[in-house]
Amino acid sequence: MDFFLQQTVNAVSLGGTYALLALGLAVVFSIMGLINFAHGELMTIAGYVLMYCGLAGLPFVLSIGLAIGAATVAAVLMERIAFRPVRNASGATMLITSFAVSMVLQVLFQNLISVRSQPVLLPPLLTDSVRMFGFVIGVNKLLSIAATVVMLIFLDWFMKRQKTGIAMRAAAEDFAVARLMGIRANSVIAGAFALSGLLAGVAAVLWVSQRASVDPLMGFTPVLKAFIAAILGGLGSLRGAVAGGFLLGFIEIYLAAYLPPEWQEFRDPIGLVLVVIVLLIRPNGLIPAPALKAHKV
Amino acid sequence: MTPLLRTSGLMVRYGPVEAVRGIDFEIGEGEIVAFLGANGAGKSSTLNALVGLVPVHSGTVEFLGRDITHDPAETLAPAGLTLVPEGRRVFNTLSVAENLRMGAYGIREKAAVAEAWDRVYDLFPILAERRGQFAGTLSGGQQQMLAIGRAMMSGPKLLLLDEPSLGLAPLIVEQVFELLVRLRGAGVTLGVVEQNVARSLQIADRGYVLSGGRIVGQGSAAELATSEALSGAYLDG
Repeated sequence: MDFFLQQTVNAVSLGGTYALLALGLAVVFSIMGLINFAHGELMTIAGYVLMYCGLAGLPFVLSIGLAIGAATVAAVLMERIAFRPVRNASGATMLITSFAVSMVLQVLFQNLISVRSQPVLLPPLLTDSVRMFGFVIGVNKLLSIAATVVMLIFLDWFMKRQKTGIAMRAAAEDFAVARLMGIRANSVIAGAFALSGLLAGVAAVLWVSQRASVDPLMGFTPVLKAFIAAILGGLGSLRGAVAGGFLLGFIEIYLAAYLPPEWQEFRDPIGLVLVVIVLLIRPNGLIPAPALKAHKV
Repeated sequence: MTPLLRTSGLMVRYGPVEAVRGIDFEIGEGEIVAFLGANGAGKSSTLNALVGLVPVHSGTVEFLGRDITHDPAETLAPAGLTLVPEGRRVFNTLSVAENLRMGAYGIREKAAVAEAWDRVYDLFPILAERRGQFAGTLSGGQQQMLAIGRAMMSGPKLLLLDEPSLGLAPLIVEQVFELLVRLRGAGVTLGVVEQNVARSLQIADRGYVLSGGRIVGQGSAAELATSEALSGAYLDG
């Protein structure tokens, strides 16, 4: 029982990080129909900022703020420089553009920083663990769950209570009519990227705080997982992204915990088979987006 | 009569297809102007071009004496020109109140938004009752009320409506037409594209008949009701 609870905490922690990443992808996809493969590099940027801040001896709380801020600014710049010129192009063109952005950034990290993994200094508190309800939980796991909850509450508030958030939902449903209302295409898209950068930044801090290192390809794996989560939940659906993220986290952690040792090698394929089974039953995902068509601006 | 909106040589193309082939018309302050014609005559393309949803290929559009031909769509609602699009197109996943909030997007002052909300709820008490409900769960008639209410939130000087009675029950159609007369009474100028020719000529002051992307007839509503251009436009398709 204790083991199960322990693994459940791990699953919520990992699933929450996937959920934040999948949300960032979904926000952008729902508004402009772009699947942003360079989302992972936003994470990597935040990771390097954490590393440099650690080397500079900045307090960790300040480093976190700078890392998240850097990912947010980078996301807005990415839109302005790379995606705005292809905004009205086909989905395939936008997808290829995002691959290009991703690769350019990876090469820059490799050449300007290092090809190899770099250690990130973390406060000792993060690697501590606490005893709760009779079992041991890592502080980083608890903080990660808390951060995810705070972000989800913030996002829900923003999307429902803030004019800009409501406009994003409106634009995701019918961009042409949203423009008729006076909602500016440029600002709503820039806003969506800023939000996705913010989410990637938070996810990066959580990711790095579990691993204490950063490398040029750091963002690739988690964002690939987040894609799977977003599709599992229903591409473009925000609630779906959260559901898909958590479900994928649970699948991965429970497989790692309960598969017999001789099967562990096949953990990822088995996880993906489970995802495919879910999609066979619900082809549009767990909570499909209301409008599957992405309106062009 | 001061023309609120005037076009000259307005042309809309979709690739090689000419949807609107150079038309001139005016909408005067306080008027209800009907745009009539068969499917594919270019009526919707004309309205969409006025509000910047489709690009104007050539010609000019003047609103309040200013050239707005190439102004982006998002600048027109704040300037006083908006469109209730064909098929209503309310935001289904937003609540009634949120839909209306989006209609007043360009308004910054909270008090002014609250005022616009009150005005629209006075006009449509049913929307006030359903303010927390998702727009997608409303009936067709209620969605049309919401689409018009949403457009009214910005306090437009000129309200364009694309087929406001399409797909609605006869009783609701009648309510929509009565509403248009009330809106005009409240000082809003209206440009209406309608399939329901007889009923729209009853409420309109003037009309234009379109066929094949050209204006083939114009005049007062009474003149048009008996005109050959009108029956011709529908027979020729």
